[in-house]
Amino acid sequence: MTTPDSTHAMAARQTPSQTVGPFYGYALPYAGGPELLPPHAPETIRLHGTVFDGDSEPVPDALIEIWQPDAAGAVVAERGSLHRDGYTFTGFGRAAVDGSGHYSFTTVKPGSARAGSAPYILVTVFARGLLHHLFTRAYFSDEPAANGADPFLAGVDAARVATLVAERDGAAQYRFDIRLQGENETVFIDYPLSRRA
Amino acid sequence: MTDPSRDELASQAEISAEITRLQAGATPGADHPDRGFTAYRSATLRHPLHDLVRADPEVIELVSPVYGHTDVAPQESDLTIQHSGEPLGERIIVTGRVLDGEGRPVRNQLVEVWQANSAGRYVHKRDQHPAPLDPNFTGTGRLITGDDGSYRITSIKPGAYPWRNHRNAWRPAHIHFSLFGTEFTQRLVTQMYFPGDPLFPLDPILQSITDASARQRLIAHYDHDVTEPDWAIGYRWDIVLTGSKATWMEGEHDDHA
Repeated sequence: MTTPDSTHAMAARQTPSQTVGPFYGYALPYAGGPELLPPHAPETIRLHGTVFDGDSEPVPDALIEIWQPDAAGAVVAERGSLHRDGYTFTGFGRAAVDGSGHYSFTTVKPGSARAGSAPYILVTVFARGLLHHLFTRAYFSDEPAANGADPFLAGVDAARVATLVAERDGAAQYRFDIRLQGENETVFIDYPLSRRA
Repeated sequence: MTDPSRDELASQAEISAEITRLQAGATPGADHPDRGFTAYRSATLRHPLHDLVRADPEVIELVSPVYGHTDVAPQESDLTIQHSGEPLGERIIVTGRVLDGEGRPVRNQLVEVWQANSAGRYVHKRDQHPAPLDPNFTGTGRLITGDDGSYRITSIKPGAYPWRNHRNAWRPAHIHFSLFGTEFTQRLVTQMYFPGDPLFPLDPILQSITDASARQRLIAHYDHDVTEPDWAIGYRWDIVLTGSKATWMEGEHDDHA
């Protein structure tokens, strides 16, 4: 049913994005933001990387957010993403890059959310100069079979798929560099249900 | 970064001509800024040149983190009570609702705000604008939306400030907003502006939204019913996040109406 009220509201158009700008650093980062799990817990992995611009220079003022299911692939719905209690896994994390464009999260390796799709961490990029944030997904290099069968990855230009895969570079560590532009530009994602433009 | 030196900065007239040219070539009716709007110089090397790749959202993308008062204390929405004294400037109230594309309230979600002080200075080590810091104003706040999607902050009207995009470049006064919807794909970071600012047409960040009516959606309205006697000037600004079904359901509703 469409009430007059909702008809009016449906006419409302989306509020446009604007850049996060250079000065979010005292507002958005928070204590424990990059630590979805404590760094030395047995199941902890590290997801880290560097954000590069179109000249392959590091971007020193990007902000990265991740959002993911738990190790079993289940969505968590726990409060407390801004107030780490040291025990509760909430699935959300936020990290500002350092002066050399590097970010680092400690988290759990997610399970696959449904049969036939490979596990990944959703990655969101904000930066000065970026007028509208970018979404991408970090898949895992040690899941070749799952990645090979994943329907989304199958539809991506084969020459660019590697930009969506975090490379294992340590015992429990994965490197996911983000290239905003140019050679090996990261595949960024658009969702049909959430974009009009 | 490869920011040009001061000598190489474009004039406002050159930037304004670029704004006109880029807007003339833009897709009509676009809701969001053109990431390649290079009149905003920092965008030049920071926007992808490939088209975005379509993905069907998976479960994780159709939900959002859950927030509550374990995360945010109620007094964090008042930016004027964070220090021992009153901040300088014009006290304001900004209120409105966070809605999805179908007009449904976005309940119990996180809103974060940050802004310059009344002199146009941010409490940030990289802000070199020679305007005074205010020891009684930090300029950050956050809150959880109500059951009707409502939010309300008390603050100080921020000042305009200069930046190095081009010669004599000034940002119109604004408050930064960070918002979560009910689905992670509704994530939005944006800026709210104050009505009637003469800097609007000169600002390449606001003008990167190439559709004039879309730009209007970032400008708050003065609302005398929000203004409080002997206390604060009131503004109203509603925020609409994409609804998951905003694009499909309009047609579907029509069919079943």
